Amino acid sequence: MSGETADPRTAAPTVTAPMVEAKALVKRFGDVEAVRGVDVQVRTGEAFGFLGPNGAGKSSTMRMIASTSPRSDGDLRVLGMDPDLDGPRIRARLGSVPQQDTLDTELTVRQNLQIYGRYFGLSRAEVRRKATELMEFAQLSDRADDLVDALSGGMKRRLTIARSLVNDPDVLLLDEPTTGLDPQARHMLWDRLFRLKAGGVTLIITSHYMDEVEQLCDRLVVMDDGRIVAEGSPSELIARYSTREVLELRFPPGEQGGVADRVAEFGERVEELPDRVLVYTGDGERALEQVHGRDVRPVSSLVRRSTLEDVFLRLTGRTLVD
Amino acid sequence: MAAGAETRAATGSRATGRVVGSWRAAWLRVEAHWTWYRRYWRSSLYSSGLQPVLFLAAMGLGFGSQVEAGPATGGLAYVHYVAPALLVAGAVQNAIGESSYPVLSGFKWQQDYYAVTATPVTAGQLLGGQIIWIALRVGIACVVYTLVALLFGAWLNAGALLVVPIGVFAAVACGAAIMAVAATTYNEGERFAAIFRFLVMPMILFSGTFFPIEQIPAAVRWLAWISPVWHGTELARGVTLGGLDVWPALGHLTFLGALLGVSAALARRYFYRRLVV
Repeated sequence: MSGETADPRTAAPTVTAPMVEAKALVKRFGDVEAVRGVDVQVRTGEAFGFLGPNGAGKSSTMRMIASTSPRSDGDLRVLGMDPDLDGPRIRARLGSVPQQDTLDTELTVRQNLQIYGRYFGLSRAEVRRKATELMEFAQLSDRADDLVDALSGGMKRRLTIARSLVNDPDVLLLDEPTTGLDPQARHMLWDRLFRLKAGGVTLIITSHYMDEVEQLCDRLVVMDDGRIVAEGSPSELIARYSTREVLELRFPPGEQGGVADRVAEFGERVEELPDRVLVYTGDGERALEQVHGRDVRPVSSLVRRSTLEDVFLRLTGRTLVD
Repeated sequence: MAAGAETRAATGSRATGRVVGSWRAAWLRVEAHWTWYRRYWRSSLYSSGLQPVLFLAAMGLGFGSQVEAGPATGGLAYVHYVAPALLVAGAVQNAIGESSYPVLSGFKWQQDYYAVTATPVTAGQLLGGQIIWIALRVGIACVVYTLVALLFGAWLNAGALLVVPIGVFAAVACGAAIMAVAATTYNEGERFAAIFRFLVMPMILFSGTFFPIEQIPAAVRWLAWISPVWHGTELARGVTLGGLDVWPALGHLTFLGALLGVSAALARRYFYRRLVV
């Protein structure tokens, strides 16, 4: 943000500051340290991702940013304010999509939106107008007066996202927004998130789906075991930690032993997973020819581009979703 | 960065949310409960409204017809003796029921409490709204009961008007205590079943609702003295039948006030412990 010139007459101090700034952020639950010294800066208007496996500390970090969970140590500023001192004022300007939908299932779609809007100090007329607008956005207008209980999982998720937008938030926090949804529902949600981003909403997303983060995020941090292990844009991270292409070799059960050593020279790096061997190389097709030349016979082979999954594997030695 | 973001950066925040005052926030929770109630009040009609009326008919009119007016009833017909006590007992039962599983659901099943505390509304305001809502809901049931009891000829004077706030006061004090229990319950709420059976039911039976506690053996009579239902019942009888002096009345009010104060403080602490982690 430092390079930007805002009009000094209208710019509030919180605008030039980052939306979120954490320094050496720590969260402890009893003896367990879930977040162990995290530094992040989220800038206005960007989509920022926390990528990591379950238990990496993403959600704990997210709840501290959402100002619903006090930090154990370190420093945190959200919208330029300290959550410990100004929690309600921060939350008034945030939208939050938790992992669980937490909707009132015994009320209608419209009632859920209207009641939630009232907690942000909106008038009855305002929440009526806003609910109509958001149901349109979430493609739930025809279900307006149905009980939430009767909605599908994808619809409930869309309603939860719609609800989080009732106060036109400056920052939208999405904790695992598409976990448990079918591909079609995921793509629809991504489309809605792209629209929000285009509208200038700052997005902060946690996910253990690398495709989700690759699609949505301008910048991300990879978390593992409560720490940040890498930071950058998806393409930067792939360029820094992986090769352009990956050759995947699959073998019948029990016949993979020793293969990794025999093909090691054909790539910059070789990873052995329980069900396949990955050869990291600039040219996957050429590596495959060389593998065949060495008389290694996989059941199947696949040449693909590197993804964030490969970055994570490189950094932690594990895959994202076990 | 999108051009739109810079435009907004120059104009400041676009968010429309703001922090509302504490009482207002609690009241917004009451409004939410009311929205729910408007849809579902019929299903709660039996437990909160009809049941005490049935008890009044059976105990006050039916059983009461076999009870001779004597010193224990202040020389009055049994229906006059039992009507104020049944209001208090019903109100307490109602509040305890509404403060158990429904509150646990906010934490555990529906988890809507977590949605609320992600807004400017705090855990303390959420609790305040819950207590006010239960007071209101129990109050509605008490008014209905009072009107039906009027048709039964159960009231002797305008003191009956005071029975409703007394019933609500005793009910809310008990409800707040159960909310504190609900906020510290992490399993499926098995302990509520035990509380209903082994705490609430004996409390209703042996708190002077149907007979004076002087009939209880002296060795265990203190159990009635620590029962909030007994304190509420003494007050309710006092305002309808008379015979309650100022000092004992203040004692009963103080007991219920202390129970409410301690319970609400504990509940507040446990609500924060569970919602702000």
